[in-house]
Amino acid sequence: MDIIALLLDGFVIAFQPLNLIVIIVGVIVGLFIGAMPGLGSVNGVAILLPMTFLVPPASAIIFLAALYYGAMYGGAISSIMLGIPGASTAVATTFDGRPLALKGKADKALITAAMASFIGGTISILLFTGFAPMLANIALDFGDQEIFALMLLAFATFVGLSGDDIPKTIFSICIGLVFSSVGLDIMSGEPRLVFFDIIGFMHGINFLVLAIGIYGIGEMMWTIESNREDSAMSKAVISMSGIMDSIRDMGRTWFSWTIGSLLGFFVGILPAAGATPGSLMAYGVAKMTSKNPGNFGKGEVAGVVAPESANNAASTGSLLPMLTLGIPGSPTTAILLGGMVIWGLTPGPLLFVEHKEFVWGLIGSLYVANFFAVLINLAFIPVFLWVLKMPFTILAPTIFVLCLVGGYAPTQDMHDIWLMLIFGVGAYLLRKLDYPLAPAVLAIVLGPIAEPALRQSLLISDGDFSVFFTRPIAGPITIIAIILLILPAVKPLKRRFFPGTNSETS
Amino acid sequence: MRRAEIVAAILLAVLSIYLMWKSAELPIGWIADEGPGGGAFPFWLAAIMLVCCLWTMVNWYRHLTPPSNSQNSFMNAYALRMFILVGGALTVMIGLVHIIGMYGSIPLFLLFYLRFLGGHSWITTILVALLAPVIIFFFFDIAMRIVLPKGYLEPLFFPLYSFFL
Repeated sequence: MDIIALLLDGFVIAFQPLNLIVIIVGVIVGLFIGAMPGLGSVNGVAILLPMTFLVPPASAIIFLAALYYGAMYGGAISSIMLGIPGASTAVATTFDGRPLALKGKADKALITAAMASFIGGTISILLFTGFAPMLANIALDFGDQEIFALMLLAFATFVGLSGDDIPKTIFSICIGLVFSSVGLDIMSGEPRLVFFDIIGFMHGINFLVLAIGIYGIGEMMWTIESNREDSAMSKAVISMSGIMDSIRDMGRTWFSWTIGSLLGFFVGILPAAGATPGSLMAYGVAKMTSKNPGNFGKGEVAGVVAPESANNAASTGSLLPMLTLGIPGSPTTAILLGGMVIWGLTPGPLLFVEHKEFVWGLIGSLYVANFFAVLINLAFIPVFLWVLKMPFTILAPTIFVLCLVGGYAPTQDMHDIWLMLIFGVGAYLLRKLDYPLAPAVLAIVLGPIAEPALRQSLLISDGDFSVFFTRPIAGPITIIAIILLILPAVKPLKRRFFPGTNSETS
Repeated sequence: MRRAEIVAAILLAVLSIYLMWKSAELPIGWIADEGPGGGAFPFWLAAIMLVCCLWTMVNWYRHLTPPSNSQNSFMNAYALRMFILVGGALTVMIGLVHIIGMYGSIPLFLLFYLRFLGGHSWITTILVALLAPVIIFFFFDIAMRIVLPKGYLEPLFFPLYSFFL
């Protein structure tokens, strides 16, 4: 088998001393970030990406991927111990994890969450290993039309599936795309959108400036306002017998983790969905199919297993379209994608041909990272619990400082720091009014790819938009995108003309 | 909240119009043999932004979105106080970078935040405020060779440069 040989090569790369160190450090940092209420994988990746310029690009991506995993594991820790989700992806874990902790079974909940995360991660990486080369192979034939159609689809998922306010979602997408077009027009070479003739806009708006502004400064301001009171922490001691006990629980709840892993993986692929809805759906399905759904919400082990396996599977799922098609499956992978572009590794199908050792090294590292994440998670739970007690008034200023130096590192221009502050404050204010911000981050990363694809396609077709419908692959993608775009418009109409038919969605 | 919603929509609509006007500095129409002009992409996107703002205003008028129905204030007293203090501290920190550099402004910011906003002991405060810049210096200036701005404090770093670089 070709894939197995490639995968073995990947493991060799993953076990290189530097990469191994990077994986372990990434997992540990990720666990901490995930465990901190208010910080998730996206904040960690955005704020720490500039720090990874220290190591070679491949190791940097491996570090960030390991961090992504660690954060998914870590999210469960504060969900269970404090009842506050460590990240939005761990919301569903609080439903049954917190009741378990309140019953004095916090250790059981923590171990089960780690085990379920490991299983979810493993199943999804296996799926990833199987699907990725296939998908990349198909995508090799994609032209500009297909690429633009895929971008349209990615944005359409936000409109059709995210459930946020429609005009505000579209606004967020468009402003991200407009920001991405600041600087020099790539085709004519003319300066474009140089606001107030400030010279700093000539080099464009770096996506990291927007990402750190939103996920660093904006997020911290939001958390300062919302997480005011400290809640009581449960006690937990991890023992070997507890671990054995959990392994038996895993056997009992096999259906929950299977459904969680599969749902998580496939929902994770969709740009607008990802780990949070994936884990909520997995929780819902596990409850629906359970023999005694009444136990859910009162401390049912399956209620921890399902969402935890799902959110880890979703993080791998979101890497699939990012690596094979160049379309990120989540805000975190959007930032990873932007980072890869900086490092000259343009994500997309060609990556599988031209940078084989990088791709398979990364996939191999995912297996290794998953393994270390469960090990470190179980071994160092007391340390994480100690860190959870760190006051937010120390954490917040430290993060602000990291944003400042991290925002300066990529371009080394103070102009970008001021811009970052403006974006951060703007993001905080707009978030209060329910403006979704993730689409803007996705858009500023995808903009530089979407615009030339659109212009090339139109140039070839002489301004005829029908090329996006008539090409064999672009056609169906565009049509699905348009269906997703009009989906929310159909729902209220249906309610109006057929009252009572879907009252539960209103 | 209701007033904030419409104010935001109007401000964003003005921003959209500004972006449209700014994009129109480049050709926004079709150029023979070149395809769409350089300004077309941002121009039409900004136009969609404007439509979205008008849509939000209609939703506001018809009380359709949660913020347009909310009776809560956009910022309560606590939120406003924190916003001004934290936002102000950040602005001052970034402003000071131009004068006394990162290594001058970061300790001052940490000092202010930990001691006066966080109410931590002087020992904790000074420990964090001194440790953070040292770690940053070794990570950025030494390990990554990214020289952070030093402002007028630059001469103080010459001995460190000659020793480590």
